[in-house]
Amino acid sequence: MNDAIIEVTNVTKSFGGVVANRNVSLSVPRGRITGLIGPNGSGKTTLFNSIVGYHPIDSGSIRFEGQEISRLRVQEIARLGLLRTFQTTRIYGKMSCLQNMRISIPHRKAGFFDMFAYESPDIIERAEQLLAFVGLYEKRFLRAGSLSFGQQKLLEFAMALMNEPTVLLLDEPTAGINPTLINGLIDRLTRANAEFGITMLIIEHNMRVIMNMASKIYCLAHGEMLAAGSPEEIQGNQNVVDAYLGAH
Amino acid sequence: MTRASMHPITIGLLLLVGVAAPLLFPAYTNQIAVLWLMIVFASTWDVLGGQMGYNSLGNIFFFGAGMYTCAVVQIGLYYDVGMYTSGARTTHIVFTTAQYFTGFSVGIVAAGIMAALLAVATSWVVFGLRGPYFAIGTLGVAVAGAELVAAWPWVGAASGISMPVFPGAPETQKLFFYFLLFALAFAVLVFLRWLYSTNFGLAINAIRDDEEKAEAMGLHTRRYKRTAWSISAFFLGIAGAIFGNMTGFIDARDIAFPTTTFNIFMILMVLLGGKGTFWGPVVGAVVFHVIKEVTWTYFLGWQFVALGLLIVVIIVYFQQGIVGWLMEKYPERFGIRVAPKEREVRSHAIEFAPHAGGAE
Amino acid sequence: MEQVLGNLSVLASVPIFNLGLLIDGLLVGSIFALAAYGLALVWGVMNVKNLAQGDFIMIGGYLTWTLGRYGMDPLLGVPLAAILLWGIGWVLYHTVICKVITRDLFTSLLATFGIAIVIQQSLNLAFGPDTQSAQADLPTLSFADGLITIASTRILGFVCAIILAVAVILFMKKSRMGQAIRATAQDARAARVLGIDTERVYAFTFCLNAAICGAAGALVALVWNVQPFLGTTYSIRLFVVVTAAGFGNLPGVIAAGFGMGVFEQFGGFILGAEFQQALIVLLLLAVLAVRQLQQLRVRQAVQ
Repeated sequence: MNDAIIEVTNVTKSFGGVVANRNVSLSVPRGRITGLIGPNGSGKTTLFNSIVGYHPIDSGSIRFEGQEISRLRVQEIARLGLLRTFQTTRIYGKMSCLQNMRISIPHRKAGFFDMFAYESPDIIERAEQLLAFVGLYEKRFLRAGSLSFGQQKLLEFAMALMNEPTVLLLDEPTAGINPTLINGLIDRLTRANAEFGITMLIIEHNMRVIMNMASKIYCLAHGEMLAAGSPEEIQGNQNVVDAYLGAH
Repeated sequence: MTRASMHPITIGLLLLVGVAAPLLFPAYTNQIAVLWLMIVFASTWDVLGGQMGYNSLGNIFFFGAGMYTCAVVQIGLYYDVGMYTSGARTTHIVFTTAQYFTGFSVGIVAAGIMAALLAVATSWVVFGLRGPYFAIGTLGVAVAGAELVAAWPWVGAASGISMPVFPGAPETQKLFFYFLLFALAFAVLVFLRWLYSTNFGLAINAIRDDEEKAEAMGLHTRRYKRTAWSISAFFLGIAGAIFGNMTGFIDARDIAFPTTTFNIFMILMVLLGGKGTFWGPVVGAVVFHVIKEVTWTYFLGWQFVALGLLIVVIIVYFQQGIVGWLMEKYPERFGIRVAPKEREVRSHAIEFAPHAGGAE
Repeated sequence: MEQVLGNLSVLASVPIFNLGLLIDGLLVGSIFALAAYGLALVWGVMNVKNLAQGDFIMIGGYLTWTLGRYGMDPLLGVPLAAILLWGIGWVLYHTVICKVITRDLFTSLLATFGIAIVIQQSLNLAFGPDTQSAQADLPTLSFADGLITIASTRILGFVCAIILAVAVILFMKKSRMGQAIRATAQDARAARVLGIDTERVYAFTFCLNAAICGAAGALVALVWNVQPFLGTTYSIRLFVVVTAAGFGNLPGVIAAGFGMGVFEQFGGFILGAEFQQALIVLLLLAVLAVRQLQQLRVRQAVQ
């Protein structure tokens, strides 16, 4: 039985009058890939944002490796090893890929004088290895903002790996990527999980992708947890099918 | 910008220009001295504005704070400050050479340190603000500084302070302050060159490009912002201390905290030369200062109107600045590599894959 | 310091003074509320934070003063200044503003700051640095045995400001252009899709704001005084009002305008006139600090 690295318990979050998440609970098992699905507007990104500290929650608890993180700020949570990628793919556009990687080193133990450190060959080597891992090695000196969308997504993923996270929250990693590149991305995600031991929680709309990758899937609908279980269980769950097809 | 420090040839050239200028153009020594000051203004503004993306309208606050701190130290070491600055004083006070230089030396150091401390203190007030709010907030800090000092009798309130007189001939004075300002500008440039080559440069660029992303990656953004602000403040404080002694008389609104002149010049020079580049602020400072000095007398009364118009023109038509424009036209010369265009066209064709939504 | 305590004790011992200050504050605040409304309008519709707002007001004031000098009724200044400023706003919009609207927000701020400098310095050249006031030769009313004095110019200013404010609000609610403006403020793209010429809306809004400033300036000349560099103080004042209330919250902006007037009267009385500017700027910093703390609770920054 895998222990849970993230424990979300009865989290409620509303914006103004709209309840985006109501009493949502889930637990992310360590070392595995967990999926979070649900029709548009079901509150998946809100839950993500709550976990990474982007906004405070109304009630409930979020624990990461046993520690309560619902009151911490984004930077603090990131430094604990919990990273997220963005649906819109955010990278540092005016800097080169290599520079993007260099600034993505972990800042957990960064002291005051670390601000003034030079580029070290070890860091460069690791950055180049990770860039090669995602297939961007030849482009490492190019300005990140000039890459194509798919390439930027790979760069964002490489940057996340550079940060040596314990858990990676990926918000729709295959969105907007053409089908021929999706397989490459899935392959890299699975390898990162298997080889680097990074736990993953992935929001996905692409059912083929998530059913193949995840060992456990949660389904949200209308802000509430609808179902949870293995991919087979979820696929066979009539409620989930209804939620997607619009039945109330 | 991968070199750790300035190329020796550049250092040599800078030193050459700096030392030769007053020898070649002795009649313009003061103007060239002010040019070095402008370079300090522009380069320190760019740390926040160009490199970090925080456009400050209040950097002049540290200039004035340094100026007054130095004055207070210079005077206070030997006399009672309140008595010295009061209008009721009738005795004429003279500082001996030893007193002047001791006071000045201590004063300069105190100015830099005080300015840096003020930066740390004000960072709590301003760094929760972004964009235009940050600009207005910093402007508020600068105006507040001006008004509070102008109402503070201990430092002379609105009448200002008559600085201790330089013990030496006018020619010596001119050269003394020229070399002080040149030394400061030189130090600033060498220091910033080094700073931008470390992780610090990368980090503040990351904050500029996407601060939320930087936060989400665990960067200590507040630490970097505070430090950048303090570094700028430190140099501006020293600049203020030097300039205050150079002009011989300081007052809050016009000389120490000139919110509509030096404060804005900083921004103009950087915009003109190229925001976010190393030499841009320097180029901008030179161009701006030379044009201003040459045309000032021709405007006779209309100078500030022309200045305002210049602001508007630069903002509307010269956003990139000279160096920025050059970098756009010849990116390879500056070490920037952009993904080749023809690749873009091909990937565009396959990029518009429909967003997979709903059950598949 | 003793002065401050002395002033405070005066207020405590003669309670009717407080009423006097309050009334004065509300009367003066009406002008602030009017000008703040204009600022909030431009801010909300075009996302332009007009740092030249106070200087527009000064232009209106100087026009009125000039009218008074030539023997004309300074009250004429209100409509005339509005018209003059409308024209100036039109020119400025088409030469400067429309080019910086699409750029980042700092650019528009800096552009309006540049305009502010041009106006200040031009006024200084034209009229000199002295403070001027348009005397309307109206009596000063006094109540409560002379403990409360109210210049009737202030009452006149108040009434005019209210009339103008009501007129503008009615315009925004009932007229087609008013609706177009509100639609554009909510969502410019949607407005364009629905056939609204957003360029015209932007130009109109900017001119309307300028005209409002002109009228407010005329009132300022009547009620107070004008000076070429006083514009910056007004700009900061109005920023405080709009930031405190939130630019979308128009009733709040008006209420905050009145509040500003009252605050200044009390502050000026307690601390003394030389602290007036400092007080306003410190209030700005306080409002920004409060905003930051508010945003901090939702873990955002003040954008």
